[in-house]
Amino acid sequence: MEFMNPGIFKENARAALADQDLRSAMAMLNAGMVPNRQAAVDRLPEFAQLSRRGRELKDHVLGNLDFYLECFERNCKAAGGHVHWCTTPEDAQEAVLKICRSVNAKTVTKGKSMIAEEIHLNEFLEKHNIEPVETDLGEYIIQLAKEPPSHIIGPAIHKTKDQVSDLFLEHHAKLGRTERQTDPQKMVNEAREILRQKYFDADVGITGANYLIAETGSSIIVTNEGNGDLTQTLPKIHIVVTSLEKVVPTLEDATTFLRLLARSATGQEFSAYTTISTGPRRPDDVDGPGEYHVILLDNGRSTMLGSEVQDMLRCIRCGACMNHCPVYQSVGGHTYGTVYVGPMGAVLSPALLGVSDTRHLPCASTLCGRCEEVCPVAIPLPRLLRQWRERSFEAGDVPALERWGLSFWAFFARRPWLYDLGARLAVRGLRYLGRRQGRLRKLWFAGGWTDGRDLPAPEGQTFQERWRRQQRVLRRGGGMR
Amino acid sequence: MKDAKTGPVKKSGRETILGAIRQSLGRPALSADARHELDDHIAKHRANLVPARGKGEHAAQVERFQEMARAAACTVELVASEAAVPGAVADYLRANNLPTRVTLAPDDWLGGLDWNSQSLLETRQGAAGINDLVSVTPAFAAVAETGTLVAFSGKTHPTTLNFVPDYHVVALRTSQVVGAYEEVWARLRKVNKQGRGFTMPRTVNMITGPSRTADIALTLELGAHGPRSLHIVLIDDQAGQD
Ligand code: SF4
Repeated sequence: MEFMNPGIFKENARAALADQDLRSAMAMLNAGMVPNRQAAVDRLPEFAQLSRRGRELKDHVLGNLDFYLECFERNCKAAGGHVHWCTTPEDAQEAVLKICRSVNAKTVTKGKSMIAEEIHLNEFLEKHNIEPVETDLGEYIIQLAKEPPSHIIGPAIHKTKDQVSDLFLEHHAKLGRTERQTDPQKMVNEAREILRQKYFDADVGITGANYLIAETGSSIIVTNEGNGDLTQTLPKIHIVVTSLEKVVPTLEDATTFLRLLARSATGQEFSAYTTISTGPRRPDDVDGPGEYHVILLDNGRSTMLGSEVQDMLRCIRCGACMNHCPVYQSVGGHTYGTVYVGPMGAVLSPALLGVSDTRHLPCASTLCGRCEEVCPVAIPLPRLLRQWRERSFEAGDVPALERWGLSFWAFFARRPWLYDLGARLAVRGLRYLGRRQGRLRKLWFAGGWTDGRDLPAPEGQTFQERWRRQQRVLRRGGGMR
Repeated sequence: MKDAKTGPVKKSGRETILGAIRQSLGRPALSADARHELDDHIAKHRANLVPARGKGEHAAQVERFQEMARAAACTVELVASEAAVPGAVADYLRANNLPTRVTLAPDDWLGGLDWNSQSLLETRQGAAGINDLVSVTPAFAAVAETGTLVAFSGKTHPTTLNFVPDYHVVALRTSQVVGAYEEVWARLRKVNKQGRGFTMPRTVNMITGPSRTADIALTLELGAHGPRSLHIVLIDDQAGQD
């Protein structure tokens, strides 16, 4: 599969569907994450109310984003921190490099950060002879495999245990670990032991932030492994790479989101480690970093404000939408060819990268609506996906054949009697063609559909016929059936 | 996106971003009145919504804390007085075949306990180094809602003690248990009060169980990078209250 090319979604999807390892890895996601989230939500009767409050809070912040960012900056500085405002990924890369150079950094440890992925920080640092060491186990695995993340919270979710065993053997053999481990506990241990010294050796530690608190100038990370804490505590400098929309007004407001995040993401009551960091170590602190820098990335977010995709800026990156997406579950994250994947990625990527290059992504959805149902901040993902489809059509990105097909369909759709006639003929025709097996293996003009599965032969009448009949029954005073 | 480099004078990232935000919102910077209102929202820092399980009688919260902490894979032992802590720590380490060289937080209360009574233990106070396997620390508070411990960094509590050693033991008093997170923030605002506001410690750690990962084929494993186990010695300092 070719990574990071959203232009070949269809080709990637075909390859993904044929990949048995991927299919078995993705099946675990559906079996685990979906019921875990539901159970966690059911245990907290106030979940829906908290979710409503979270949504309101985010909308309030977005409407006053300039104010809260300035407030954050003021308080961060008062605590001895530095804030770097970066309009583009390049600005952010340069800001990080400058800080690293100030201490002649050779290695930096990294906690998981989607913004670091968004600005392709690892490649950039390597180009400048600084070794980035991913410490989140999932990120570590994909760094070894030289792959981008395939999920916003479980970056290596597409890998089976066997694949990780092979990968560890391949990369750890030169470190004297020549036995192929197959027990997950032993594999976790091996990575733990290898990374341990790196935390102590690193000159700079880079983390992301789930939230920024305006009131205190703090950043918050939420993790389970403890790697983020080692990353930000042991080196001389702690850099937080984050983006504008992460700011919330107060500690109490952040708390509301913390109650939503872990439950939506992993189905935990609370993640193992939630850490609030404010400025560098204090004069009488015994440990902690001597400098604290916050890289605030815009990269198109300020233009999303006030636009029809503003709602996307509420996203708290829990991953629930992708966990529940039938398309994501089938094709995995790499198929999208972008840093952000699944329904939230299909809405965010066109905003960050332009709709022309990403036009397949908003189409990679059945608009079934599960994503919106589980989103803790009620982002209307299906509506936003439809909006991108329209924009892409208007921009003339849609190839002639598709446009022609749509006009063809529209011609009938605007003439109900003709549509009705056409549908009746089509249904009867398909029923005849599929009469032997009750399904169709191949269908003209719909190869893309029937390549992956069979089309069940239609049964009974068309929708319109059934509708008319039901209306007649209702008029006669019958029940619904 | 607007290009910062097209103008005659290059605007700073800060000006560009704030300007772009205001343009998108279709308004200039907020008026003094509007700012005042938002400052007020911050000054009041109201709790949004505290779930019912975070409210109620203290004794019930202490129960819930233990239940939730155990659900998060902690072990909890209740002791009758602080004098029993060194013995409880020694017994725990012995019963689980763990190392007996222990790093204590440089905290007067903790250091003042009679560790010499435990001939088995070898203790020192300080931050954690790469070879430290067991740490014993106090905590600032504990939250019943999710079985979460809250610790602040400072000269008496190095953050490394919470993450570097393989085994973390926390000595906690029942009077430190609260129902909801917001109560911890209220206590923090009080003890660190400065002028009209308060100072945040460099690090606030909210810890719910030992370190874990599900990054290998979604199988949950404890002890990813932080402690493999988290043991709480809960001192009942409120016998007869409530
Ligand atoms: S869009 Fe909603 S469900 Fe998806 S990651 Fe963002 S907050 Fe979570």
